[in-house]
Amino acid sequence: MTDFVLNILLQTVRISVPYILAAVGGVFSESSGVINIGLEGIMLNGAFCSVVGTYYLGNPWLGLIAGVTGGIITSVIHAVSCIRYKVNHIVSGVAINIFAVGITKFFLILVFGSSSNSARIIPLKLITFPVIGGISPVIVITVFIVVLAHVILFKTPFGLRLRACGENPAAADSLGINVWLMRYSGVAISGALAGLAGAWLAMQQSQFTSNMSSGRGFIALAAMIFGKWTPLGATGAALIFGLAESIQIHVQTMGVNIPSQFIQSIPYLLTIIVLSGLIGRSEPPAAVGKPYPEELSL
Amino acid sequence: MAFLAVELRNITKTFPGVIANNNINLGVKDGEIHAIVGENGAGKSTLMNILYGLEHQDKGNIVIRGKKVRMENPHVAISHGIGMVHQHFMLVRRFTVAENIVLGREPRRGPFTDIRKGLEKIREISDRYGFGIPAGEITGNLPVGMLQRAEIVKVLYRGAKILILDEPTAVLTPQEVKELFLILRNLKEQGHTVIFITHKLKEVMEIADRVTVMRKGAVAGVRQTGETDESELSRMMIGRTVYLETGRKKAEKKETLLELRGVSLEDEKGVKALDNVSLELSSGEILGIAGVEGNGQNDLLEAVWGLKKTSSGKIYLMGRDITRLEPARARREGMSYIPADRQRHGLVLEYSVAFNMALGRQADRSFSHGIWKMNFTGMREKSRQMISEYNIVPGNPGAPAYSLSGGNQQKIVVAREIDRNPSVLLAAHPTRGVDIGVVEIIYKKLLEERAKGKGIILVSSELSEILALSDRILVMFSGRITGETSPDKTCEEELGMMMTGSISMQERQ
Ligand SMILES: Nc1ncnc2c1ncn2[C@@H]1O[C@H](COP(=O)(O)OP(=O)(O)O)[C@@H](O)[C@H]1O
Ligand SMILES: [Mg+2]
Repeated sequence: MTDFVLNILLQTVRISVPYILAAVGGVFSESSGVINIGLEGIMLNGAFCSVVGTYYLGNPWLGLIAGVTGGIITSVIHAVSCIRYKVNHIVSGVAINIFAVGITKFFLILVFGSSSNSARIIPLKLITFPVIGGISPVIVITVFIVVLAHVILFKTPFGLRLRACGENPAAADSLGINVWLMRYSGVAISGALAGLAGAWLAMQQSQFTSNMSSGRGFIALAAMIFGKWTPLGATGAALIFGLAESIQIHVQTMGVNIPSQFIQSIPYLLTIIVLSGLIGRSEPPAAVGKPYPEELSL
Repeated sequence: MAFLAVELRNITKTFPGVIANNNINLGVKDGEIHAIVGENGAGKSTLMNILYGLEHQDKGNIVIRGKKVRMENPHVAISHGIGMVHQHFMLVRRFTVAENIVLGREPRRGPFTDIRKGLEKIREISDRYGFGIPAGEITGNLPVGMLQRAEIVKVLYRGAKILILDEPTAVLTPQEVKELFLILRNLKEQGHTVIFITHKLKEVMEIADRVTVMRKGAVAGVRQTGETDESELSRMMIGRTVYLETGRKKAEKKETLLELRGVSLEDEKGVKALDNVSLELSSGEILGIAGVEGNGQNDLLEAVWGLKKTSSGKIYLMGRDITRLEPARARREGMSYIPADRQRHGLVLEYSVAFNMALGRQADRSFSHGIWKMNFTGMREKSRQMISEYNIVPGNPGAPAYSLSGGNQQKIVVAREIDRNPSVLLAAHPTRGVDIGVVEIIYKKLLEERAKGKGIILVSSELSEILALSDRILVMFSGRITGETSPDKTCEEELGMMMTGSISMQERQ
């Protein structure tokens, strides 16, 4: 029985890691004022880059770094279009998602000669803990990141300034804060974290498969909203979503059949509920999605 | 010798189409409260933005305590001890007051924000000048007066010795104004210099040591408050203008077209924009509403038109209650509206002249066949007719509205609204920013409508216009009607004093 519970919990964590990383990334991006629905695509690019990195450099740690780098680069494209060129953030995010599916497929064929999956890569070595056994170092990194994210956002001048840019950029600007720089930072951090989330996915399967982010970026967005745009809240929400999936899988192996589509819809249902204010209202940063300086009309 | 705290020399600043500041000289002495007064658009904010480094002058110099300074940006201003409280608050509603104040200059302990140290410093400032500010509260929960104090503390926290306050009293209740003045006096006593912008002359006389009057982008004069009075200041501020001869005959009044009974209106912040306004408009009458901008005249028209929801009172149009009608209904009931801002509310700039003339009337016979099909031929014909009647150039119905000059754009709006043949016409600043030829046409049209027995409410900041056109004149101040007079019983100076609240009706009689 304890084994059973432990299994469910470990699986919950494994399922939740990419949600947590991308959701915390989303918190940074949106706190600075940039909507990032491109998390899905960023994650996919991160996964692909980490596989290519590991494959050519022969070291999964370098692969991890490659994944993060790929995520950052993808997010900066989003940042430039939203911040510099004032493209609608949703439109840019959707474009990022479509772009990522295409470009990863293209390079998959080019590098690995297959349209469905890459060659297999060496995974990261597990760290062994008493009782729970072997655990990926990325899980440890994730815990560290969540705590760090909370501290940075709420206890440091950088965090205060970042949030000011998402709430009232004109006020931040009038106090000499570089709004553009803050927003680029916020988006780049989200890129790094979503890239890491993608790398985790690839490491879990020891390969890249086409379109392997399969909606996780959107679940991360739901977690971010459900968690009221805070790192700890988003993490909690991601764990809840992960737990639901984990239970569904275990129950299914026992022969009870809950449709997985039902479980998969839970994050979105919960998100709609918090957005509608039924249980404790969740409100985005006041200036999220608005370009700065705002365009003057004629 | 003591230097002036601030000296602006020959500052000129133009925006496309406007000279906001024309060769301005301003001297502010160390430790004084210096008021800058002028009507809306006189260039006060622009001048202060230049001093604070938010805008840059085309010509002229800024001298701070005897040293010429290039105000590249607000950082430079702050480093010279200058702080500015803007007309619109620059606060993050979700932050605490303390977080707002320290933002950008956070006290640190290691890599962290030391909010406790910040709180201490804020408390110290608060106690010294009597701000009584709740530093730990969420900013968005506080009343306007407190927000403004937070803004002032923000500036002091950054070490400002010279404070610029841009229309600080505009959003305050009388009680809050009193408290603000107490704080300003404390600041002065402790050696700060205050530049105080307003258009209320009473406040100037109450709080300022000296006053610079601005008018249409230029300095109209500088006075010691002890050596001047409100009537002189209002004359300097509003100035004289030539009357346009209208040669109108007295119209005989008939029935009441529009009636307001005790109408009040609050803005988003809960400040009374209209306070118990009652008035009547008869057929064949032009009712002029005089007032310094921002005293409720535009709110009055918007309330009648249905753009703003009144909080109490009744509005009747020809005996029918129209208190909360939507603008579309107001149109059908027989009203027309020439809005103050033609580009934002009167026109769709990307549309052609013809389409703009059909705006709001697209369902009329001459513009459509039933509800599915537009009548483009009718539209063009109708617009040709209006174009020639109002001499609109270029005379092409297909030209986009943005390609026309301001005066011709205004003629489109006036033509459309009058052509609808309303019984009541609401006109807000119908000749603002247009040249004399267009003014003439618009005057002629308004008087023609009056002769046809229409009722017109005319809001204008041009006193000459009010005097030239009105049968009766109501004066508005702080959302209330504070006086009634008529062109043959008054003059610009007296009106000016009534508008600035310097004399009331009782004193006049
Ligand atoms: N950024 C701007 N662009 C164009 N015109 C402007 C701008 N700022 C101010 N103006 C114009 O300059 C004039 C002076 O404005 P302002 O300084 O705000 O006057 P005040 O503060 O005295 O009411 C007005 O005609 C205004 O329309
Ligand atoms: Mg101003």
